[in-house]
Amino acid sequence: MIEELLSQPAVQFAVFSTVKIAVVFAVVMTFVAYAVLVERKVSAFIQDRVGPNRTAPPLALKVPVLGRLLQSWGMFQPMADGLKFMLKEDFTPSYVRKVYFWLAPAITVIPAFLTLCVIPFGSRLGGQKMVIADLDVGILYTFGIVSLGVYGIVLAGYASNSKYPFLGGIRSSAQMISYEIAMGMSVVTLFLIVGDLNLSRVIEWQAKNGWLVLYQPVSFVIFLVAAFAETNRLPFDLPESETELVGGYHTEYSSMKFALFFLGEYANMIASAAMMVTLFFGGWTLPFLGTPAEGLLGGLFHIGVFIAKMVVLMVVFIWVRWMLPRFRYDQLMDLGWRRFIPLALVNIVATALAVAAFN
Amino acid sequence: MPQPTDLLFYAFAGLTLMFGFLCVANPLSRNPVTSAMFLVLTIVSMAGLFVLLNAFFLAAVQILVYAGAVMVLFLFVIMLLDLQEEERRRLNRVALGLGGVAILGLAGILVRAMTSGTAEGVGTPAVEGSTAELGRILFRSYLLPFEIVSVLLLVAMVGVILLSKKELK
Repeated sequence: MIEELLSQPAVQFAVFSTVKIAVVFAVVMTFVAYAVLVERKVSAFIQDRVGPNRTAPPLALKVPVLGRLLQSWGMFQPMADGLKFMLKEDFTPSYVRKVYFWLAPAITVIPAFLTLCVIPFGSRLGGQKMVIADLDVGILYTFGIVSLGVYGIVLAGYASNSKYPFLGGIRSSAQMISYEIAMGMSVVTLFLIVGDLNLSRVIEWQAKNGWLVLYQPVSFVIFLVAAFAETNRLPFDLPESETELVGGYHTEYSSMKFALFFLGEYANMIASAAMMVTLFFGGWTLPFLGTPAEGLLGGLFHIGVFIAKMVVLMVVFIWVRWMLPRFRYDQLMDLGWRRFIPLALVNIVATALAVAAFN
Repeated sequence: MPQPTDLLFYAFAGLTLMFGFLCVANPLSRNPVTSAMFLVLTIVSMAGLFVLLNAFFLAAVQILVYAGAVMVLFLFVIMLLDLQEEERRRLNRVALGLGGVAILGLAGILVRAMTSGTAEGVGTPAVEGSTAELGRILFRSYLLPFEIVSVLLLVAMVGVILLSKKELK
């Protein structure tokens, strides 16, 4: 009975998709927790400090050598951070708009995770393609979902019903709309070259012809900078700039609701790093290794390659945050509208001419 | 026995109508932000209908352009102007009459389309998902209308810039 049910393609599809979603979700959650640790360690390194090196459960310290080592690396810090978020008082101010106040954190987190489902994070693992949804409109889907991400922040600003969060929400909506245009235009050139919107096909093309960052360095720079603006990270973190707006759109939030915004920011960072790896750095392929894996080991190796590339880009995100000061708002808008959009347009025309000439 | 896609169609169609109704005539709230959010939900459910028609490109663009860009700007303007809850107004007879005419006209077109069309080719839409095919049709068969629409958008844009400039030199 069960075997018969499992042999149906629809049931198989449902089972495999559920497993893939569960695994990706778990991996991303772990990544978020440890990205925060890396953020703190890297910032400590840049500012000549030590960073978190004390937290450890008493039992772990009983393990000889390894216990102390993990403690000094701060490997237990994310657990303590998570526990702290859960145990803090979840305070709802009396003047907020209740429904939106509750909805906003959720609306921030969900799109961040939804974007991950079209990204091919490996080649094959025992006959299964390592992508949750192999959509033909892949990149458009991603941009659609990313554009919904702004609602969480805008609604958080509106729901808080006080000045600073409101300004943060307004700033973020203006910033995200502006940079979405530049970001969308920067990837048009990639699809002119590849001729397909499907992300698996984009990786296949790169396995054959080399990484797209070599063909489109200008696009990559625009995409990278726009990704910083879209994830609201320094040097573009004006929506939450502490020195002017207290905490920006999440000033009124505490406990798990604040943690969800935090989670959303890091999940967005992971999603944009994964997107850049897929679009510009050949995804799971290496220059000498582009064919889909046959066995289990090869499949796992490809996933490892993808994750390694992603980690490098995330360290870049973190590194930039601690090296550059914040932009002024007019500089931010100037860069988006008067520099990047014209540059991206010129890039599109030039690429289109080149593609037409070579065909 | 109804197919799963049929059930999905009714679900999305029902949601579209419900959210659309809540957008224009919400009995619980007169808050403009709430209306805008229901309009977003209407657009997203309509994208679901496009997916059921295998028009993935249209679905993605629907969400990207309308839900992601246009509605964010709506929300932006509502918040910037700090619009308060609107009081209930009396029904405007002229507007009601004109609205009725528009609904009748649309219903007439729909009924004509449903009765005159044959069942053939309904299951497989002409432009099936393939983005390249859609592009080819837009830039070959419908090039002139496409370009005219672009010019129209440009005119609107120039107009907005002109209107929003306070003093003309």
